[in-house]
Amino acid sequence: MTSTLQKVLLGGCLALGLGLTAPAGAEELRIGFIAPTTGIFAQVGKDMVDGFQLYLDEHGGKLGGADVKFIVEDDQGKPDTGVTKAKKLILQDKVQMFIGGLLASSGYALAPVSTAEKTLYISSVAAADDLTQRQLSKYPYFIRTSWSSSQPHHALGQWACDQGYKKVVSIAADYAFGYEVQGGFQKAFEDCGGKVIQKIWPPLGTKDFGPYIPTIKADADAIFSLMVGPMALQFPKQLRGAGIKKPILGGGTSYDEFALPFMGDEVVGDVSALHYSAAIDTPKNQAFVKAYRTKYGKVPSYYSENNYTTAQWIDEAMKKAGGKWPGPEAFIKHMASIKLDTPRGPVSMDDMRNPIENIYIKKVEKKQLFGYEKAELWNTVIKTYPNVSQFWTYGKEKFLAQPVYDRDFPPCKFCE
Amino acid sequence: MASQQIKILMVAIALVAFVFIVPQSGSFVILLATRAMAFGILAMSVDLLLGYTGMSSMGQAAYFGVGAYLTAVLATKFHFGMGWDFWLVVVLGILIGAGLAALFGLFAVRAGGVYFLMITLALGQCVWGLAYRWNSLTGGDNGINLSGRPNFGLDLGNEVIFFYLVFGFFAVSMLMMYVLVRSPFGQSLAGIRERELRMQILGYNTWLHKYIAFIIAGGFGGLAGVLWAHTNGHVSPETVVLTTSVDALLMVVLGGAGTLIGATIGTAIVFGLREYLSTLVPWWQYALGGVYVLTILYLPMGLMGIPSRLRQRFAQGKNEDSKKLATKPS
Repeated sequence: MTSTLQKVLLGGCLALGLGLTAPAGAEELRIGFIAPTTGIFAQVGKDMVDGFQLYLDEHGGKLGGADVKFIVEDDQGKPDTGVTKAKKLILQDKVQMFIGGLLASSGYALAPVSTAEKTLYISSVAAADDLTQRQLSKYPYFIRTSWSSSQPHHALGQWACDQGYKKVVSIAADYAFGYEVQGGFQKAFEDCGGKVIQKIWPPLGTKDFGPYIPTIKADADAIFSLMVGPMALQFPKQLRGAGIKKPILGGGTSYDEFALPFMGDEVVGDVSALHYSAAIDTPKNQAFVKAYRTKYGKVPSYYSENNYTTAQWIDEAMKKAGGKWPGPEAFIKHMASIKLDTPRGPVSMDDMRNPIENIYIKKVEKKQLFGYEKAELWNTVIKTYPNVSQFWTYGKEKFLAQPVYDRDFPPCKFCE
Repeated sequence: MASQQIKILMVAIALVAFVFIVPQSGSFVILLATRAMAFGILAMSVDLLLGYTGMSSMGQAAYFGVGAYLTAVLATKFHFGMGWDFWLVVVLGILIGAGLAALFGLFAVRAGGVYFLMITLALGQCVWGLAYRWNSLTGGDNGINLSGRPNFGLDLGNEVIFFYLVFGFFAVSMLMMYVLVRSPFGQSLAGIRERELRMQILGYNTWLHKYIAFIIAGGFGGLAGVLWAHTNGHVSPETVVLTTSVDALLMVVLGGAGTLIGATIGTAIVFGLREYLSTLVPWWQYALGGVYVLTILYLPMGLMGIPSRLRQRFAQGKNEDSKKLATKPS
């Protein structure tokens, strides 16, 4: 009863792709997908699912020749519920792998499940640094296809130096993801001669920056901001409203395609860094953006792209495995050995199972792109750092010797 | 009295049936049942306050949370509680829950009604704030992962064995709370619920009664937290967040306050809808919302009010029948 109901409901969306007759004997690949489809992160969760689904639909519901049974589970944005759902996928649906988890905390909660149940877990969004750094050895069945939090922000720190900024004030959401993003920026920025002169930590979900904006030091050349969700919309508006005209350097989520459509013209000219921009001007990305927008009515965010790419990655790895599920260890090896050409550019895997990918420094511009008639806000790429690893230029050993980025690491040497 | 015995017998039969049927089903169902029972202890502790003492606590997740964090911190930082010492952690969990309740009770119990609700809410949020911000101890937003469950001859890593263990705690907790509410102490709590002033005039120290009830509820909350930490092997600020308290409160209201069994039925229904139905259909939230709304509208006594309502309806029907008979011209 349960399984029939499930087949009907979840298979419904796949029916188109699965085709009329699956050839007898084709391997069935059961993929569990964990994303928040209800609750405050429901829209982000939808982007995640849609990205993966788009690739599946474009490839007839098959990955590497195997028929895919794609089972979406709702973790409601809670790590604890995510664990329950992951266990459901493994114990009841007997999935070969589970994918997803939005928040860093979800990633940290799900990774041990993969170890305990000896099931492959692919983190397609959750960016917590240590999952592929100091804690990787605990998670032999874990691989990441997205990014680590500090990865793009090392590049942004370097870029800030190159622009001649000397003193920067950072304002970042007060939780683990914020620490890692800010830490990455500060480390790289100070290593090339910059100074972070003040660190401000508004709580996650702050909507009124009134108490924080006046404390921003006047002698700063620029402001580094890391905002998440609704914070991203409020901060630039209130900062400009307060008459502060300093350039903003944003962490990835401050200006991602999820926030951009809801922003006003005050953000034009703001700069941010991420491993994806919907405005990357390559035929591959243009095709992806158009297909996604036609189907789902919105511009894809990095959440969409990362999951689209994850599906592509699985597709290629399954091809390499000859269309048969080779078991999690072998599958990870296949995935790690593949170089892909994706909407975000070329990607490959480092030996800590985190992608090496281009990092894009992007500037918000209002313009027409890809033949769309309306002028819209786009994250125009102004500089590309090719093939950036999670260790930036520091080298693996040296980087891993330092502690994970935290509220007080790197220490604020230049704060008064 | 006889009807009370029948009720006890029914509950006992239901529990025995439960413990025999669940392990036969799929492992996911076992996992869910285990989680529901651990949370059920928390819901019953809320019922102890709401249903028997008339205090609606919005901060019960605090005791649940400290129990869970205690377990996780001891296990990960001190490798304590992964063998026989698990039983010590259980005792410590109960003590820390009760201890925190004893502290919070000093502030909260003197207030009544909505003020009590606000104070418990605020205190609960303090614990959440600590869990969220005290990074070095709690891991902040990322929470703490436990590496496996205790093993003391009995390997609790086995879902079925763990299920039996949690069931044991659940049944014993239920029995203890039942004995408590039937005791003279429990009766005086019910008296406070009905009319505190009268109890005071009768010479009862109502503050002390309420304070003790609050501490006991905190202790059961701590116990539930210890078990909860091991169900998923993960503790995060989500465990202590306000919605956990509200969930527990809603479960009690849904099942029927002042019945203990109602709290467990409410827990079962909410877990069934939220964690099982959500794996089947995307509209599970409407089902959950619908159940809440219908219960509030038609069953102010909760689901446990159904039998008495039926009886009432039945009795009414009979009365009307007899009235009709009486007015019938002969």
